[in-house]
Amino acid sequence: MEKLALAAGTALCLAITGFVIVTASADPVDDTLEIDGAEMITRAPAPEGHPFDEVLSGWLFREAETRATQEDSFENPGMLAVERGAEIWETVEGTAGQSCASCHEDASVTMADVGSTYPKWDADSGKPINVEGQINKCRVENMGAEPYAFDAEPQLSLTAFIKHQSLGKPVAIDLSEGEMQEWWEKGKEFYYTRTGQLDFSCSSCHEASMGKYIRADHLSQGQVNGFPTYRFNTGGMVSLHNRFRGCIRDTRAEMPAAFSDELMALETYVTWRGTGLSVETPAVRQ
Amino acid sequence: MLSELAKPLMAAVFVFAAMAAQASAQEVAPADVKIADYAISDPLTGSAGDAAAGAKTFADRGLGNCLACHAVSALETEQFHGNVGPALDGVADRWNAEELRAIVVDAKQIFSEETVMPAFYSLDYGITPRKDLVGKTILTAQQVEDVVAYLATLKE
Repeated sequence: MEKLALAAGTALCLAITGFVIVTASADPVDDTLEIDGAEMITRAPAPEGHPFDEVLSGWLFREAETRATQEDSFENPGMLAVERGAEIWETVEGTAGQSCASCHEDASVTMADVGSTYPKWDADSGKPINVEGQINKCRVENMGAEPYAFDAEPQLSLTAFIKHQSLGKPVAIDLSEGEMQEWWEKGKEFYYTRTGQLDFSCSSCHEASMGKYIRADHLSQGQVNGFPTYRFNTGGMVSLHNRFRGCIRDTRAEMPAAFSDELMALETYVTWRGTGLSVETPAVRQ
Repeated sequence: MLSELAKPLMAAVFVFAAMAAQASAQEVAPADVKIADYAISDPLTGSAGDAAAGAKTFADRGLGNCLACHAVSALETEQFHGNVGPALDGVADRWNAEELRAIVVDAKQIFSEETVMPAFYSLDYGITPRKDLVGKTILTAQQVEDVVAYLATLKE
């Protein structure tokens, strides 16, 4: 018992010491993100049932140079993928002789709410579907074209282009459709499940340690409102499921397949965790 | 002829097996580690921990990678000390070697199930561990002893 009290006392001292270090160097910045004159919502009151009071964009956790790159669309290398996506939008492919634009016309009008409201319930498959999945569904069912392989360059570019049409719009997914609520529950369970030899869950870093540093890496809330993102460390676009898999790999676990039920449930849950944040696609991260 | 050749080979195999058995007899398997009163009283190996080797294991990103979460002023040549866990300056004034050993082996049994700190000498880890790591601990018994020896030098 005495030992326990000693341990608790020590832990308290350590916690206080830790707190001083954290507040000195690890808070998200107090800054405003404006892209092409439009102010992004990088802080929003959390939805009911959320572990945080406020949801915070990952942009607030990045270094000044990274933040500045995202603020300027001419500097943001992710905009090259968006431009490439715009070309794909107009390109006829498949046996039906159609492009995306053949049916959906002006993406700035028809896709304006897609980035902020996906994933959505897909009654045909009985699962949530994300933008990548919807693109492939259209390609196969309507265009007579091959579906894109996971992380194929056109998949990344077209997804970035479509989500970019919602730039600035607050994330708001509809959990009342179909079985979205059940998938949200499954995603939540996975979020808190520890994986791998290192025994970390998503929450170990992005909830319990949010705002702290793992080596040089400033831990954010792990929000997904900027995907696909441009990452400096790989010098290219990174999809959400690539990032999910990378995080899980880093726990020294086997990676679930992209677009698997586990990761679609996780996408549903984690997207909800960013409710109210502006879509930032293509965000710029380290 | 064959049996004449096989004899020395067999003898060598026996000697090697005997040496391996002796080594494992001196090393406590992960499942046999006993944590009592927030401490592990006996070293996990027969050979004493090497503090210099422990400092390397502590900083190495592929081994302990302890610096990812804990800052140590003495390791000033290493960049980017993390702060997920407390700084470890003076940690040996707060815990003795037996307690430090228990924390490194399985912090969840010392602090709480909620702690983020991995168990460095345990097979009780998360779901779907990487296939090539199944049955393996993050650190070897000797590496744990080395890290404990290093931590024991961190006094203020």
